Amino acid sequence: MGKPKVAFYWCAGCGGCEEAVVDLAENILDVVEAVDIVFWPVALDFKKEDVENMEEGEIDVSFINGAVRLSEQEEMAKLLRAKSKLVIAFGSCSHLGGIPGLGNLWNKDTIFQRAYHEVPSLEKDNGVHPETKIKVKEGTLELPEFYHTVRTLNQVIETDYYLPGCPPTPKLLLNAVQAILKGELPPKGSVLAPDKALCDECGRNETKPEKLLLQDIKRPHEIHIDPEKCLLAQGVICMGPATRSGCEALCVNGNMPCTGCFGPTSRVLDQGAKALSAIASIIDYNEEEDIEQIMDKIVDPVGLFYRYSLPASMLKRRNLANTTKSS
Amino acid sequence: MYEPKIVAIFCNWCTYTAADLAGTARMEYAPNARIIRVMCSGRIDPQFVLNAFQKGADGVLLGGCHPGDCHYQEGNYKALRRYHLLQRLLEQMGIEKERLRIEWISASEGDKVKKVIDEMTEEIRRLGPLEIAETPAEQKPAVAAS
Ligand code: SF4
Ligand code: SF4
Ligand code: FES
Repeated sequence: MGKPKVAFYWCAGCGGCEEAVVDLAENILDVVEAVDIVFWPVALDFKKEDVENMEEGEIDVSFINGAVRLSEQEEMAKLLRAKSKLVIAFGSCSHLGGIPGLGNLWNKDTIFQRAYHEVPSLEKDNGVHPETKIKVKEGTLELPEFYHTVRTLNQVIETDYYLPGCPPTPKLLLNAVQAILKGELPPKGSVLAPDKALCDECGRNETKPEKLLLQDIKRPHEIHIDPEKCLLAQGVICMGPATRSGCEALCVNGNMPCTGCFGPTSRVLDQGAKALSAIASIIDYNEEEDIEQIMDKIVDPVGLFYRYSLPASMLKRRNLANTTKSS
Repeated sequence: MYEPKIVAIFCNWCTYTAADLAGTARMEYAPNARIIRVMCSGRIDPQFVLNAFQKGADGVLLGGCHPGDCHYQEGNYKALRRYHLLQRLLEQMGIEKERLRIEWISASEGDKVKKVIDEMTEEIRRLGPLEIAETPAEQKPAVAAS
């Protein structure tokens, strides 16, 4: 067998996942050596036609990062699916919807209203917004359609594996590439990271009290965070208990709480509900008034508990019927 | 007339027994609630509530022992805290607060079961059906993330 053919593609994401590939640093040379990159728009000059001209299943592995927000992304994901033996969702956006997925608190109309009409602009033409077709004297120009709802990759195409993280760490990517090269991949549908909660690999877990109770909730900028002690025990909401491990507690090591980018473990269906449940359970008040008071400190529950996973959650998006009401 | 679907999750020791009592006493109340029994309201995972909405419930009713009466000491306080946090989440998700309700109903309060279910059915009838965004069939994940 020749070198495996690999493709990379970028949907609704920030570009950080492309950066993560480059972050392989000198290891990237081994990877480039071992595989044949046949499509990677951000780095190499291949066109959509090149992919269209391939046989079905000709690509061995496609890594697709980003969520699906536009019709063009849906089209490319479907094209790559048809041409690939394996499709791997790369990073939180593709895996769970990611940060762009928080757009599901609005819809196309409310987003366009905000972005093109309400925000101050230096352009005197503020108020024009993108159309899918426009006639100019040279002909008709087209833009992809902007959907109401952001979707995860597996809500659009069959997805074989998931590399979690915002972005996935070089180590996980390298492990995945090695597993592919050796043909040692786990069962299809697996997330390519350990199936344990982050607390399990967090160095501060030992300092977490047996019976943890919160009398107050602090946001990171409100206190001096003790760099040794469990963040939850300091009243800072840490998603560690409801998040899959594999990042080696990167954020906690940087003295910031985990925000949940690796998604849930396999036993959890809805990461946000799980985290919400964990936090509510350890609040040290029983009277409604006190409960309300401490919960007032959670100013944005969706942004806190579903920062990376709203499209993959049970509710998926804000109730469309109520998107125009105050939010 | 539109008939709301309500999923009621009741604690075995109190609210469920009260619903049983309402039944044996032949009280008549709205047939809109499907009752699920759990051992304690503290067993109600917020995932159950969201799952009920996702699967088509128009309302979810949680029932537990009165404060201080939980057979496992603290379960109903846990349920209460989860309920308050869930309400805040549901508001952001555009789901009206009347669609989730929590009540303390002891084993002898069959009439309260009747009253609460009747009331909630009417309230939700007024709101109309809850429409949760469906992922169209072709968008369903073929392989679930494990
Ligand atoms: S809650 Fe956060 S800081 Fe505490 S042990 Fe878990 S991951 Fe570490
Ligand atoms: S600590 Fe949490 S947010 Fe940070 S990289 Fe790890 S999983 Fe992601
Ligand atoms: S036993 Fe009834 S609420 Fe706990």
